[in-house]
Amino acid sequence: MSNAKQTIQRIGWPRLIIALFFILLIVVSPFMGLKLSDVFSDVLRRWSMFGILILAMVPGVQSGIGLNFGVSLGIVAGLIGSTTAIELSFQHGSPRPWTDLGFALLIAIPIAALLGLVYGMLLNRVKGSEMTVSTYVGFSVIALSNIVWLLLPYKSGVLIWPIAGEGMRNTINLEESFGGLLSNPAVVEKMPTALRWLAFEVGGVVVPFGMILFFLFMCLAVWLFLRSKKGIAMSAAGENELFTRSNAIDVNQMRILGTVLSTVLGAIGIIMYAQVFGFLQLYNAPLMMGFQCVAAVLIGGATTRRASVTNVIVGALLFQGILTTSLPVIKRLMPSGSTLSEVVRIIISNGIILYALSKTKGGNQIEK
Amino acid sequence: MKNNNDMNQSVVSQPDVIVMQPETPMQKTLSWIFENKVMLMFVALCVGAVAVSGNTVGFVLGNVLVRFGRNGFTVLSLLIPVLAGMGLNFSIVIGAIAAQTGLFFAVDWGLTGMTGMLVAFLITTPLTMLFGFGVGRLFNKMKGAEMIAGLILGFFADGLYQLFFLYILGGLLPVRTNNLIIPGGIGIKNTIDLTGNMKYALDLVKLVDLLLVLVALLAVIAVIQTVVRLKNKQSLPLKTLILLVLVALVYGLTFVPGLSDYFRTDRLPLVNAIEMGMAMAIVYALWKIIANRVNPDKRFKLGRYLIIVAVAVGLFALTYVPFFYDVIKSSSIAVLPFALIAGLCVFNQVFLSTRLGQNMRTVGQSQVIANASGIHVDRVRVIAMIMSTVLAGWGQLIYLQNLGTFATYGAHLQVGQFAIAALLVGGASVQKATNKQAITGIILFHTLFIVAPEAGAKLFNNAMIGEYFRVFVSYGVIALSLAMHAWQRKKKPELELPK
Repeated sequence: MSNAKQTIQRIGWPRLIIALFFILLIVVSPFMGLKLSDVFSDVLRRWSMFGILILAMVPGVQSGIGLNFGVSLGIVAGLIGSTTAIELSFQHGSPRPWTDLGFALLIAIPIAALLGLVYGMLLNRVKGSEMTVSTYVGFSVIALSNIVWLLLPYKSGVLIWPIAGEGMRNTINLEESFGGLLSNPAVVEKMPTALRWLAFEVGGVVVPFGMILFFLFMCLAVWLFLRSKKGIAMSAAGENELFTRSNAIDVNQMRILGTVLSTVLGAIGIIMYAQVFGFLQLYNAPLMMGFQCVAAVLIGGATTRRASVTNVIVGALLFQGILTTSLPVIKRLMPSGSTLSEVVRIIISNGIILYALSKTKGGNQIEK
Repeated sequence: MKNNNDMNQSVVSQPDVIVMQPETPMQKTLSWIFENKVMLMFVALCVGAVAVSGNTVGFVLGNVLVRFGRNGFTVLSLLIPVLAGMGLNFSIVIGAIAAQTGLFFAVDWGLTGMTGMLVAFLITTPLTMLFGFGVGRLFNKMKGAEMIAGLILGFFADGLYQLFFLYILGGLLPVRTNNLIIPGGIGIKNTIDLTGNMKYALDLVKLVDLLLVLVALLAVIAVIQTVVRLKNKQSLPLKTLILLVLVALVYGLTFVPGLSDYFRTDRLPLVNAIEMGMAMAIVYALWKIIANRVNPDKRFKLGRYLIIVAVAVGLFALTYVPFFYDVIKSSSIAVLPFALIAGLCVFNQVFLSTRLGQNMRTVGQSQVIANASGIHVDRVRVIAMIMSTVLAGWGQLIYLQNLGTFATYGAHLQVGQFAIAALLVGGASVQKATNKQAITGIILFHTLFIVAPEAGAKLFNNAMIGEYFRVFVSYGVIALSLAMHAWQRKKKPELELPK
């Protein structure tokens, strides 16, 4: 009995409920007339799509800056990288999917690192209220990027509004560019045979194998980094500032490192997200994305002070899984309830963040 | 501010304890500029934007006044949590949600005008109290993280609100008025038109009626006070009685034929409002001077009240200058909302000197000290949240009746965002916010809101840039202010390594 209790304690009630709900949804869906293969395809797709964005939370939490609501910075960097890469291809004259993807990453990562550096320096000055500050920094950056999207002097017809001739579109179609390179069987089919393994179908289930591989590779990289000397120092900085300082580790530097890594992962994350999704979403679309990532990693078992790669993998699966499976089920149950899934997302993601805050902040965070 | 003055004076009166260097006027000005840098920056931004946009000052002024009456109450509802040390209350969204629920039912039951508003008010008040209580209890579990918790709580509440309005109303809970429901589905429509039922329900209240209510209210207070004082064998409540007589006299004026039109209006022209305000300021100053003659006080500064009188007369004279008259002639203010805002300002000020207000301030300064001096910290914090949520709910009612259309799923989303940004623009911080800052902030923030799109259009040939710029400003000012607050707090000595 106590054993079962301990297990529940370790998994945590909210996670248990959500996991059970997820399983219930999967079990129910065949009876609702949905094909299981479709359900699994969707879950796999969304899991790999959001994975890296959620992974971006880990360095932040580990280095002590808390849940990085300001991952929008990385997202904006990623979007700048992608749009610039598409514009470069346009000036070159022909669509170059792989070059686009490479350039997008190549341009986005330095920008993200630079933004992360400045952002980390800011966060070092506001210790104790990182989360409030980072939320609003995230919002401001998205608002500022809105102006940037209007002003960037890009010419590609894919990017800009056709009639006005200036200002970028709300959603940019990546069909001509790097959309689906690692995840869409229809796109992969046109590639040389050596690359056919990137995405395939098994028994009706679409496996975005390239994307999953890339996601797991990034997970592995973060996992290895956290076990390296630098990574351990960074985790220590997040865990116990005093202890870390007494070991001659520069806590502030470690926090900056965590922030930079988090921002860079955010940039890679949004590029990969767009790659699977097939569209770039500009303007206010990424405004609340940070909240989704935070919620997912919390569902995976992270707290505001500790997060691991396992939390990311589990959290991405549970959170995205519930969202993808609940939508069609709800549609069958209630034909007019098309937005219910969105409402459920809002309630679950914010509910879990509130729960995590109430668990970890319980009165121990009074000003020094 | 008041507290500061008192402290300075007590220091001055005991010069042997602390020797304070008297500040030179130069230093005073500099420190004032430094303290108000955010506000001054916005003044410059607003002046620039108005100039670029090409709007006339009169047009901007008229619009600012409309928005002031619309949003002022909500912004002022933020002050009490700041006093209690709970920071900027992002969860006023919940108050707005409660108000929208109340208003919805009033519309659904087919009520109109003042009756509808009263019913909405009666539903909103207990609901906001309940929510405020819950929020307060929750915040007590997350001390130090109230702001982020409030923000997330607002989003969470929005989710529940959507669930309620989209799926429960019209689905599980039947709705009386069929045309409020999404055609061919369940749930409530995106926008509810308030024209013809609740639009301007409060704005249309006439000045006479307001005065009558004031007389009645004061009479009741006076009677109660007199009875209580007589019972305790104390002197009569002279102040209240004099005030009652004064207000009654003003009410009597409304029956004077020439003046009755002046009072029988719901939109007070700004010119008249200035006249009235100036008259009140002069009466107030005279009252203070007479009170000092009767009951002399050493700290009384005659000069201050003389200046008030002089400024009042000067402003009154200005309305006769053609240029200023042109600016203000077409503007008017809605009587009741402005009266309510003024009332809330007075309440905030008076509240500071009550016992609960003092307790709140103590809790805000240090929970440890408050606890040691026997204040029930958690209880005070819950009360602060209840008050703020209730006020925010009322504020949302004022907002919606003025706006006239009720965006079911959008009206509450930006409430906390804009109210907080406005407060911060006025120079308030996470730790300190005053009526004055709130009022300055609303005026500046909304000036920018009105002219930004046109200024953007003129400067960049693109109205959207102005639009996005004002959104950026509202987020940016909050980010900046939160960062500066945390930064300053960190400057205090922090944990040092034991050597």
